Parts: sequence; structure tokens; C-alpha cells
Amino acid sequence: MNHKIVIEHLSLQYADGVESLRDVSVNIPANAITVFFGPAGGGKSSLLRCLNRLNDLTEVNTLGGRIMLDGENILDPKTSVIELRRKVGMVFARPVVLPFSIRGNITYGLELAGIKKRSRLDEAVERSLKLAALWDEVKDRLEEPGVSLSGGQQQRLCLARTLANQPEVILLDEPTSGLDPLSTGKVEEALQFLKQDYTIVLVPHSVQQAARTADYAAFFLQGELVEWAVDKEIFTNPHDQRTEDYVTGRFG
Amino acid sequence: MKRTLRISQQLSQRLGFSLLTLMVVATIIPILAVIVYIIYEGAPAISWEFLSGFPRDGMRQGGILPAIVGTFYLTLGTAIFSVPLGIAAAIYLAEYAPENAATRLIRIAIINLAGIPSVVYGLFGLGLFVFFLKFGTSLLSASLTLSIMTLPVIISAAEEALRAVPQSFRTVSVSLGGTRWQTIRRIVLPQALPGIITGVILGLERAAGETAPILFTGAAFFLPQLPNSPLDATMALPYHLFVISTQVPEMPFHIQYGTALVLITFVLGMNLAATFIRSRARAKRQW
Amino acid sequence: MDKSLNWREYIITRLIKASGYSAILFVGLIFLFLIKEGVPALGEISLSDLLATRWYPIEDFFGILPLLTGSLIVTIGAALIAIPFGLGSAIFIAEIAPRWLREILKPLVELLGGLPSVVLGFLGILVLSPNLRILLDLPTGLTALAGSLLLGAIAIPTVVSIAEDALDAVPRDYRDGALAVGATRWQTIWRVTLPAAKSGVLTAIMLGIGRALGETMTVMMVTGNAPVMATKWNSIFQPVRTMTATIAAEMGEVANGSSHYHVLFLIGLILFLFSLAINVAASSVVFRQKKRAERILS
Repeated sequence: MNHKIVIEHLSLQYADGVESLRDVSVNIPANAITVFFGPAGGGKSSLLRCLNRLNDLTEVNTLGGRIMLDGENILDPKTSVIELRRKVGMVFARPVVLPFSIRGNITYGLELAGIKKRSRLDEAVERSLKLAALWDEVKDRLEEPGVSLSGGQQQRLCLARTLANQPEVILLDEPTSGLDPLSTGKVEEALQFLKQDYTIVLVPHSVQQAARTADYAAFFLQGELVEWAVDKEIFTNPHDQRTEDYVTGRFG
Repeated sequence: MKRTLRISQQLSQRLGFSLLTLMVVATIIPILAVIVYIIYEGAPAISWEFLSGFPRDGMRQGGILPAIVGTFYLTLGTAIFSVPLGIAAAIYLAEYAPENAATRLIRIAIINLAGIPSVVYGLFGLGLFVFFLKFGTSLLSASLTLSIMTLPVIISAAEEALRAVPQSFRTVSVSLGGTRWQTIRRIVLPQALPGIITGVILGLERAAGETAPILFTGAAFFLPQLPNSPLDATMALPYHLFVISTQVPEMPFHIQYGTALVLITFVLGMNLAATFIRSRARAKRQW
Repeated sequence: MDKSLNWREYIITRLIKASGYSAILFVGLIFLFLIKEGVPALGEISLSDLLATRWYPIEDFFGILPLLTGSLIVTIGAALIAIPFGLGSAIFIAEIAPRWLREILKPLVELLGGLPSVVLGFLGILVLSPNLRILLDLPTGLTALAGSLLLGAIAIPTVVSIAEDALDAVPRDYRDGALAVGATRWQTIWRVTLPAAKSGVLTAIMLGIGRALGETMTVMMVTGNAPVMATKWNSIFQPVRTMTATIAAEMGEVANGSSHYHVLFLIGLILFLFSLAINVAASSVVFRQKKRAERILS
């Protein structure tokens, strides 16, 4: 099994001393969907934000551990954070559409990287929108403002925007939490298609979504990795009592 | 018993509201009256000759062109110095500055700059620009003085405009591989621009109407020609109004009112422009 | 490509940071110059001469007390006008006026704030003072009262805009909670909203007073410019002279480096320190309030 990301003994702490993650070690295989699930406060989002060093912007400190992406520790101060974030893209819980046109939203990341050639940008726009299963719906109105799209379309736009950078890893933090079932289905469908070429890490907004999408699943409880398993096993036959309690709805 | 309590409460509410309404009316009526009165008394003086001619007969006849041009130059000069500096300072406060004692000191300094009496700015300008730096009584000295006075206004307005831009934009930009400056230049600054422009216009409006800072730093009583270089002294509308209403005997009233009218048109015109920009931007916002 | 981007970004970031600190530089510079040109006055004129009651520079009388009392009486008068009318208007605009009225009133008050002080002084000379003279049967209308009325008008927009912002910032829940237990809107305003906005309202008042204290042209034009001690009860109906007007009126005729010159700078220094005190007090009120709120919420 090819491990794209290896997290070794990672510990995180908030600025006021409260612990966020405690000695977490987990592997993330390539070309698959790995799901981090568990009740709120478990540290899943914080862990996700470590993978693209977005935590650098917040008051969260790394106490110890390493995160190896393709064999290199991304927590090393010498790492080029800009390069990392192009390699590891992120989709957020609420669709954040930039105040540009649909096309402008998608080309933003490329323009940041200095790509100006019209043909390259156009090609990227079409490619990304097709991957996010949005192309057919917007191909005739690319110059319209991004905010004119519906909620589900906006989130797929955000996905396309991330894909335009041609990352290797895609992180998704409760991407469908505000969307209706139809839109949710479209996003999940897109992810199934994308996993052939990308490594996907997903924090689902429900256990059911976790069960639907996971190739690998990890259960987090209060900053600790409780259990990790392949495929749907963790949902049907959990080893740890706490996992079973959460999956069956005894708490959460 | 309860009923009478209720009635007396309602009565005091009605009285209170009426009192406040009266107060607002008492505040608003004079404002409108002032403007209407100046228009009424000053309009007869407005003519092409008045706006484009030079003063004659000790200001009692002719026009106020040099004062108009002078105010325009001063406003321009103030803008040149205070706008870039003010916006940059606002960017620092909104996007870079950490929450520590040094930043608090900067904020206190800004609040203080905003509260310094305008005549003290005049003194400072006299001491630093006119004498120490030897710029003399000039457009340059006056503009620099007005710039420092306008700085806090621009910084406050610009910072507020920058902060109003949603934080989520910055997060997304960074997650796509953007640096802090790229995020500011491509998203934050353009989105904050209408608010910044509004603040700049309001700041310059104040600078255009001020007399005390330019009294000893650049204003001249009468100049036979328009200023040729930044080192020339200049006439200016507010100073001109002051002079003709206090220093010149037998000054025709309509010329005084006419000058006042031109001045408030200039100033209130800027006010209207700022309000217009603000409301149009609010309608077009994509967030 | 990345490297040149880094280099450019580094310079821009440095410039931005320097701009941020420029405010401190300017305050320091102003303070420095006032001291440089003002403190020599303390060496040239004895303290007892400075604290005398006669200001007549032509004959070397440099007593600044009349100027201090002049500023004081005009500012107090202005405060007595600006605080009730300013606060009252702010409460009206924030709590009572319907939305459409707010959208009209707010710009109107802002308009008053934009009127140049020289215009108000000009109207004071031509309209207000003559009427005051007739109305109150005074020898002249150019009095402290005229100054207070106009200064009050000038300070009102400052008080209104800051106080209105403060009242507006009080969370809706506070008001809803009071109304839910049966309070009238009037009671809610006085017992809930206004106390909750206390620090902002205090700031508004302080900054309004600061504005009145620092005003120059209006007072120079309508207060009569007579440097007499304004300490009798009817001083408000007599001409006075403020510190600001003194500087503005006499600076133009003063020889650079003379004692008169230095004393004027000294007065400027006093004004600077007054406004410093007011502003530090105003900002500490805000900061303290914020810290308490942060503690409560954490």
C-alpha cells in the first residue's frame, strides 16, 4: 500500500494550553478516500489544517511529531509552505466564493502562481469544472459572478478551484454540511471519481456520509486516534467500545 | 394599581420620546437653515466673473479665482502626502500588526493625532516646515501640515474598510498558495476600495475647509497671481472668507455670502460624492 | 519566479510596517517641536508672571490665566449644549427613528460635521451675534455665549456619530430581553441599552469636548477676543478669549524667537497636553471595557 501521507506522533495545543491532538499516528494511503470521523472537538479539523499548514495562521502550536508527505516532513521550518499548499488543496465547510466571476474564481490560484497565458487558464477552467461535475451547468456563463450560483454549485465551484492548482492531495472539511441531499450526492460522486488520481482526506458531517464514502476510516475522540480500519469494517464491526458507542448513536 | 403604573410608564415614554424628537428637530433645523440661508444670500453673487476673476478694490469687487485654485492645490497636495501613507498604515494595522503593546501605542498615537487642535498643527507646521526645514510660507508647508492632520481620518476609515472584508477570503487565498501581500493586493484591497475612497474624500473635505493649519504655513492675504510652484504661498477659500468677514471694512455682504457658498459647495459636494460612492458600493458588493 | 516575488514582497512589507509606525513618529515630532519652541518661555518669563491675570503682550504682560478661563467657559458652555442635544439625537436616531428616517438623519448630521468652522464663525458674526445682542440687550453680541452656541453645534456631530455607533453596537438580545419582561421602550433605553453602551457614550462625550476645546476659527470670530478673566457668573455674556484664538490671532505678528513667540508655543503645548489627556482617557475607557468583555466571554 502506497502511503501518501504519514503522520507520526503528532501533538497539537491551542494557545491557551488546551490540548487539541495527543500523540496521533496515522497513515493516509494514496489514491483513496480516507475519512476522519468522530464527535465535535475530536481534533479532526485541526489535524486536517496541519496537512496544509493552515494552522500557521491560527493560535495553534505543534508540540511534537512529524507529518511526512512523500517522505518529507512538512512541519520542517524550511518547507516551502506555498508549494505545500499548491500540492495539498482544501475545501471548506461553507462555500467561500471569492468576489470574482466563476472563471475568475478558478483561475485565481493559477494567477497567484504567475500563470497568465490565456490558453492555459482556459484549459484549466474547463478541466477543473469537468472534474467537479459542474462544467455542463456553467459553461455558458463563466463570466457571471460566482455568488450567483446555488449553494451546491458554489461548493462544487470551490472544489473546481482547488483542482485547478493540480494538487496531489485534496482535504475536505465537512464540505456538504450546508447542502441538500442532491448536491451532497453530486459531491460524493465527484470524490469517487477523483480518488483515482488524487489522495483524498475527508471529514464527514455525519457517520452515514463516512460509511458511504470511506475506503479507510479513522475514529477520533477528544484528540486521540481511537481506531483505524480499512473499508467499512469500522462501521459494521468496530474493535473499540467507544467507536461502537459512537457509530451506533449512543453518544455524539 | 397596576393599571396606573402602566399608564404612567406609557406617559413618561411619550414625554421622553417627544423630548428627544424636539432635540433632534432643534439640531437638524439649524443645519438646514444655515445651508438654505447661505444659498439664498450668496447665490446673487455667483457669476462667471466671480468664479474666474481676481479680487479688486481690496477684495470688495471682482472674483475669488485665486482662492478657489489655492484650495484645489492644497487639497491635491494633502492627498499626495496623506493618501498613500494613510492607506499603507491602515494595511499594516488591519493585516499585519500583532495584538501587542507596540500596536496599541500606534493606535493611541492615531487617536491623539485626531484630537490635536488644528491651530496646534499650524504651530507645528510653522516650526517644522516653515522655519526648520526652510520651506517658508508655501503650498508645500501647508500641504504637509494638512496631510499630517488628515492622516488619522484616512487611517481609521481605511482600516475599517479593510477589516470589513470577510476573513474567509483571506483563508481561501492562503490555502490556494497565496502570500499575505498577494491576498491583500488581489482581494482585500480591491474589495475595501470603495470604503477607503469614501474615507479619503471625507478626510480631504475636512482639509479643504480648515483655516488654522494654513494660517501661518501657506495662506496669503492677497496674491496678484496664481501660485507657480509648491514653494509659493497661496490664497485659499476658508482663509479668504475669514479675512473678508473680519479684516476688511465695508465688505459687501453678497461677496461674503458668495464666498461662503462656494466654499460649502466645494465641501458638501465632496460629502455627497462620498455618500454616493458608499451606497453604490454597498449595492454592488459580492459578499 | 518565486524568488523575485519574495524580494518585492519583502520590500513592500517593510514599507507597510514603516507606515504603520509613522503615526507614532508624527505625534512624537509634534510634541518635540512644541517643547523645543515652548519651554524657552519658561526660562524667559517667570512662572508667577505666566500665571498672572493680565494678558497684554505688547507691554510684556504674559499672564495666561484669562486665556485658560476663556477656553474653559466656552468649552463648558459648548458641552452643556452638545451633550444633551448630541446624546438625545443619538438615542433618537439609534433607538426611536424608523429605518427610512435614520437614512436621512445620519447623513444630515454628518453634513453638519463637514461644515467648515470658518463658515459657522462667519454666520456667527453676521447673524448670531447681532441677534444675541438685541435679544439679550447686551453691549455686544461677540461673547462667550455666541462661542458656546456655535461650538456646541460643531461638537454635536462628533458626539452623535460615536454615541450612535455605540448604541447600535448593543446586541439586539439585550433590548429583546428587557422588552420581554414588560419594560417599555423608554425604560429599555435608559436602563439597559444606554448603560450597555456606557463606554462608547463616554468616549463620544469626551471626544466632543475635545473637539470644542480645540476649535479655533469660530471662537476667534465670535467671542470678542478680549483677554479678561471669565470667572463671574455673567462672564458668559461677555467677550472672552480662548487659548486657540490667541495663538491664531497673534502668531502672524510675532517675531521669530521672541518671548511672545515662545509663550504662544507654550500655550500650544498646553493645548496639546489637554487633548492628549482627553484622548488617553477616552481610549482607556474603550480598552478597559473591551478587556472586561473578553474576560466574561472566555
